[in-house]
Parts: sequence; C-alpha cells; structure tokens
Amino acid sequence: MIFNRNKREALEAQRDSSEGAIANKEVEGKSQRQIVFGRFIRHRGAMISVLTLISLIIIVYSALDFNLGPWKIKGWWKYGIADIPEGGFAACPHGEIGCPTLSLNPFSKAFGLGEHPFGQDDIGRDYLALVMRGAQRSILVMFIVGAIGGTLGTIIGSISGFYRGKVDAILMRFTDFIITIPSIIIGSVVGYHYGNLGVPFLAMYLGLFAWTGLSRLVRGEFLKLRELEFVDAARVAGASNRRIIFKHILPNAVGIIIVSVTLLMSGAILLETALSYIGFGVVAPDVSLGLLISQYQDSFTSRPWLFWYPGFFIVSIALSVNFIGDGLRDAFDPRQRRRISRKDRQRDVDVAKERETP
Amino acid sequence: MFAFISRRIGVLLVILFGSSFILYNLAAISGDPLEALRTSNEPNAKQQIITLTRTLQLNVPPPVRYFYWLRGILGGFAGHVDFGNARDGHPVTELIANAIPVTLRLVTMSTIVACILGITIGIVTALRQYSRFDYAMTFVSFLLFSLPVFWVAVLLKQYLAIRFNTFLSSPTIPFTSIIFFSTASGVFWSAIISGTRKRVLTVFAVAAGFTAILLEILSLLKWFIHPGLGIVVLAILGVGVACGVTQLSTGLENKVALRASLLVVGIGVLSYYPANYFMRQYANTATILLMAVVTIALSLFTGRFLAKIDRGTIMRTSTITGFIFGLLVLLDKLMQTWAPYMATDAINNRPVPTIGQSNSQIDPTNYWFVTLDTLMHLILPTLALLLISFAGYIRFTRGTLLEVLNSDYIRTARAKGLNERTVIMRHAFRNTLIPLSTIIVADFMGIIGGAIITESVFGWVGMGTLFRQGLLSFDLNLLMAVFFITASLAVLANLIADLLYSALDPRIRVGAGK
Repeated sequence: MIFNRNKREALEAQRDSSEGAIANKEVEGKSQRQIVFGRFIRHRGAMISVLTLISLIIIVYSALDFNLGPWKIKGWWKYGIADIPEGGFAACPHGEIGCPTLSLNPFSKAFGLGEHPFGQDDIGRDYLALVMRGAQRSILVMFIVGAIGGTLGTIIGSISGFYRGKVDAILMRFTDFIITIPSIIIGSVVGYHYGNLGVPFLAMYLGLFAWTGLSRLVRGEFLKLRELEFVDAARVAGASNRRIIFKHILPNAVGIIIVSVTLLMSGAILLETALSYIGFGVVAPDVSLGLLISQYQDSFTSRPWLFWYPGFFIVSIALSVNFIGDGLRDAFDPRQRRRISRKDRQRDVDVAKERETP
Repeated sequence: MFAFISRRIGVLLVILFGSSFILYNLAAISGDPLEALRTSNEPNAKQQIITLTRTLQLNVPPPVRYFYWLRGILGGFAGHVDFGNARDGHPVTELIANAIPVTLRLVTMSTIVACILGITIGIVTALRQYSRFDYAMTFVSFLLFSLPVFWVAVLLKQYLAIRFNTFLSSPTIPFTSIIFFSTASGVFWSAIISGTRKRVLTVFAVAAGFTAILLEILSLLKWFIHPGLGIVVLAILGVGVACGVTQLSTGLENKVALRASLLVVGIGVLSYYPANYFMRQYANTATILLMAVVTIALSLFTGRFLAKIDRGTIMRTSTITGFIFGLLVLLDKLMQTWAPYMATDAINNRPVPTIGQSNSQIDPTNYWFVTLDTLMHLILPTLALLLISFAGYIRFTRGTLLEVLNSDYIRTARAKGLNERTVIMRHAFRNTLIPLSTIIVADFMGIIGGAIITESVFGWVGMGTLFRQGLLSFDLNLLMAVFFITASLAVLANLIADLLYSALDPRIRVGAGK
C-alpha cells in the first residue's frame, strides 16, 4: 500500500515537472498580449461563440432594407417589418394561420426558407422580418450599454481606487446612490416629457445606470495594483499620476474590465427584453424581441413559433456573449494553466526522441 | 466596530434621503395623475379632480410635498408609519403590508432551494474538475444565465403544469418516458461518479435500472394520484438519511454518531402515528412549529445521551438527521392530503396552477388544503426563479472551492494526514461558505428587484405589481412606498453582507486601520 503510494507520487512528480515544461514552452518569448490571445483562440467554446455571434450580427443586420445617409441599401430578405403581403396568409398544412415554412429536412419537397420561414403574425406581417428587426435592436442595445457602462465604470472605479481617501468615499457613496434609483423611473420621466425617443436613447440611459458593479470591481483591482512594486518603481522614476494610471495600472486591470463588460452586455440584452416585456422598454410601433414574446405569449398553444423564434435569438445572442466572456476570463487569468492533454505529452516525448537521435 | 456600523448607517440614511427626494420629484414630473380625468366626459369629472387634488395634495409643489410624505415616514419613529393614501383611497401601508409577505414567500423559497441545489452541484463540479459532468454543468449554467425569466415561465406553464395536469388524468407512465428518464438518470450518476470505464458502466446500469423499476412501480400503483410514503418507506428513507448525514458530518467510522442518528430515526418512526394524529387533530402552524422544536430538542438530547466525547459533532449529526426526518414526515402528511385536495371542486384534478398566488375557492378552514394550495402555487414561480439564479451559485461555488482547494491550509490539512472527507467538508467547504454568504445576501436583493417581472408573468400581487401599478397610474405614494422599502432593504443588505464577511472571516476586520 505504502509502496504503491510512493510509486504513484513519484510518477505524479515526474508528470508535473514535464507538464511544467510543456506549459512553460507555451509562454516562452511571447508578449502578454500574445499569450492571452493564444489562450483565447484555444478555448473551443469561446471560438464557436465568436463565430456564432459574428455570423448572427451579419445575418441580422443585412436582412432588412435600411438607409445609410442618402443611399438605400437593400437587405437580403424580401419583406420589411411593415409590409403586408398581397397574398394574405399563406396556406398551411394543418389549417393554422400564418405557419412557418422553414424546413430543415433536406429530403422534403419544402426544404428551404419558403415564403414565410418564421410564419406570419396576427395581421399577416412576415415574422422573419420582425424577428430580425428585434434582434437588431437587442444587439444595438447590447453594444451601447457595454460601451457606456464600461467607460463610466472604468473611469469612476479607477479614479476612486487610485486616489482613495475623500474622492473614493464620495464616488462610492455616489455609486450606492445610483444603485438605489430604479432606471425604469428615469425612462418613464423621459418618455413622458419627450415622447418615445427610440432604442438608442433607451440603451443610453440603461448604460448610464449599468456601470455600478463594474466600477466596484475596477476600484478593488486598482486598490490592489497601486500597492505593487512596479507602481512604486514608476513613481520613483518620476511618472505622473496620469501616466501611472494609463500606462501602468490600467493595462494590468484590463482583463477584469473586459470580462465584466461582456457580462454587462449579456445582462443588457436580458434587461432590455425584460423591460420591453413589461411595457417599459421598446414600445409598440417599434419591434423588440421581448415585445414580440409579450405580444404572442398567449398564442403559445396554437402558434408556438411566434414564441420560439424571438426566444431562440435572445438565448443564442446572450449565450454566445457569455461564452466569450468565459473564454476571456480563462485567457486573462494568470493562474490558468492549460490542461496538458495526452497528445501534448506524446508530442513532447516525440520531440525529445528526435533530439536524441541525430 | 460600533463606530463603523453607526457611521455606515448614517451614510445610508443620507443616501436614502437623497435618492428618495430626487425620485419623488422625478416621478412627480413623469406624468400627470389627472390627465385621464381632464379629458374624460363624465359629468362628475370636475368633482373627482377636486377630490383627488385634495387627497393627494396635488396643489402643493412636489419638492414641498416630498416633506409631507417624509413626515409620514418619520412617524415610524413615533410608532406610526404613514405612507399616505393610494389613488383609490386605500391606505398604502395596508396595501404594502399585504404585498410584502407575497414577495417574500416567492423570493425566500427560490433562494433556499437555489442555494442548496447550486452549492451541492457546485461542490461536485469542483471536486470533479474537467470531468464530463463539469463540462456539462458549465454549459447548462451558461445556458441558464442566458434565459429570459418570462420566456422560461411560459415554457414551464405549458410543458410542466399543463402537461403534468393532463398526465394525472391517466397516470401511467408511457414506456418511452421510462426509457428516457432512466437513461437520463444513468448518464447523470455515471457522469458524477467517474472512474474506470467498468465502474462508469456499472454505475450507469445500476442507476438506470433502479430508476426504471421505481418509475414502473409508481406507475403501476397509480402513485401520482394517491401519493404517500407510509411508515415502511419512511423507515427505509430514514436509515438512508441517517447514514448519509453521518457520512458527511463525521464519517461512518464514528459509530456513536451513527448510532445516535439511527436512534433518532427509530424514535421518529415510532412516533409516526402520534405525530399524524396531532397534525390531523390540531392542524395549524403552531403545532408544526412545536413539533419541530420537540424534534430538535429530542435529537439534541439523544446525541448528548449517547456521546461520551465529541458531544458537539455528534449532537449536530443527530439534529440534522432529526430535522430532515421531520421534513420527510411533513412531506408524507402533505402527500396524504393530495388525493382529497385533488378531488375538491376548486381543483378538479388539475392541481398545478399556472397563475395566481392562491385558489380562492379552497376551504380556508382546512389547514392542510390551504398549505398544499400555497405550495402548489409556489411551484412554477419558484422553478422559474430557481433556474435563473442557481446557475450563479454553481459557478460561484465551483470557483471559490477550487481556489480554496489550492490554498496552503488545505495542503497542511492533507499533510497532517486528515482523510479526504474531513479536508473537504471541514476545511474547504466551510471556507467556501464565507464569500458565498455575502453573495447570497446580495442575490436575495437582486431577486426582489427581478420580482416585478416574475410577478407579472404569474399574476401575483406583490411588491413588483404595486410598483408597476404606481408607475402606470402616476400614483406617487404607492410608488414611493415600494421604492422606499426595496431601497432600504438593498442598502441594508449591503451592510449586512459586509458585516457578515468580517464576522465569518477573521482575516477581515471592518473599520480597522482607520
């Protein structure tokens, strides 16, 4: 028993040292950026998500006609969100109204998109066009909230973490103050006085209230980093506060910022759809995925596709953003060591053998 | 410490004052409460405008009116809180007092279940890092993170409630479902208990076979119509609970602890019929609470009686066993209520409701019917909130436990020869709970904020519904009351989280160094 254990431990020690060698080889002679990028590329879930998200964005934004300044750009889909097809409702096999014609079975005659791939809504509008518009809105909200919330959170968090003392106390109490104010109220005040200002504005004020969690995280990171030796070294060398913040501390905190911003973005999608669902987000003439779900949730038993497609788009966008965030977290984590697979170990052995036999 | 707390509370009051002042004015300019009346053609519209203006003091400018409102709140120090009247003349205090228990019931239930499930699964994924189970759970938790709660709610209504109700009309489980569920259970257990291929296959076969046989028996007995455990099953389950709790708490090699838990279960089985008699004869919450107290006292005494050394751990083990066994007896009682409950006119054999917080047609004098009814109404909202929030607990527990397992004191514990169970349960798990406790407090507040959506999907009248109503009808007093309560809870929760952290972790001292 004891003997076995010793033997096992010896084997493990041997394996550990060879793993350390393999892991070290991966970071030899590489800059921090290259290491992080390399790790991110290897995260399979994150890479699949990046591809999914990019293709979703391209598909969604090129679907409908839109105006770019004086030019009208034609989308790849024939219907717009306001078009009511002349033929009225398409014929359906089971006698439903406005059924989806999308068929993924390559052997059936109906294979392909068909006339209305996602079906038609109550008044016959094409549902694919509506869902595409809704997804455009969601992605737009996601990026605006991420940009505004991320910038504000980083600025406030880094100032309060770097300067500490009174500045910190005031800024953090201000953060507490913002947390207590429900953003819905601001939305309804603005909505009452200026009418419906549209989705970009909705996203902007959601962003103005979304930075609180991020600023706390960034503050904590700055508090930790500013005590480290390299900051002292920079100060002794005569660097200004500004230079220390931007050149020395911020690059070291960028991992935590990027990760939280991705989480902020996936949260923003869910927040926008939820607000639209209860009637305080995107409102009727405009289209949003949450609004579509709230309009058609009662027809779930008779026409489930009106419910499935918007939900599918919400989930796939949020899921891929979450996975990208996870991949980034792994990539930025300095303690993260890649799992050494059997293949790597074999390759290592092969290389060693090659060296031995000239 | 005292200085720290009082300073924090002082700052909190200032924040609350500032944000409520700003919010009051913002909400006041967000709309005109008389707009609908101004444009209406009713003959008494003018009269109504005058009455409303008087009762809501609309002729006073909002910044001044705020201080009238504040005076009512500050009355709380004199023993009488006054949130003013809602538009329809009801005192807001009354509306809020009715709504708070509803929201709390919703939130507490789902938080408790989410904690237990999330922490358990999180621990297993951390201990089996990079296993298939770990990867699967990572994917599942990201999927759950990405689900909108209102979307899940509609799915649950359709696929869980309505399907299950329909299933109950002919409760035989079809063959395909049995195959599906037993395969799923086999995959689940074999993924957790990893090892050599032979072991995985054995676990798979045993779990799948056991599930299939169990489902078949339940189906043949029409168990879903007349559920119940009975004294025999309870005894078997009790022995299982005793062994499981002892294993986790002290290890099965501690014979005294095992004997104490088994003795507790034995006493529980013997008192099964008397307990049922009491629950039938004196059916109310006080009886249940009294029985819980008696159970805990008895279990403590049993542990104390049997233990010569290590009294604390043995008493803890027997008490946990006794508590879980008590819950099983309660569950059995609720199951016995099931069949008569189903047969009532109000239920009409469709027991899982999709909307509302209680069934008004249930006989309010029958304690067990009311309890079961409340629980049935809780199922869907709890599940919806649970699915969303427990993914967070899985991820957080996993991350924290992995970090703890890499720390020096775990290596020390292993080095001095403690067995793996002690290292994990006593050294690692307890330290994982420290950061987790603060997250739970913060998360509890998050769910209250999210309750506005959950309540609107399931048609509950809680704080979220009142908030929405106040916002839509420009009812300032209603809106501000909900805001005031949730905001004070939020800032308080933050303070509690900070204090809890410092109380649990001796390395952190609040207010030190200032």
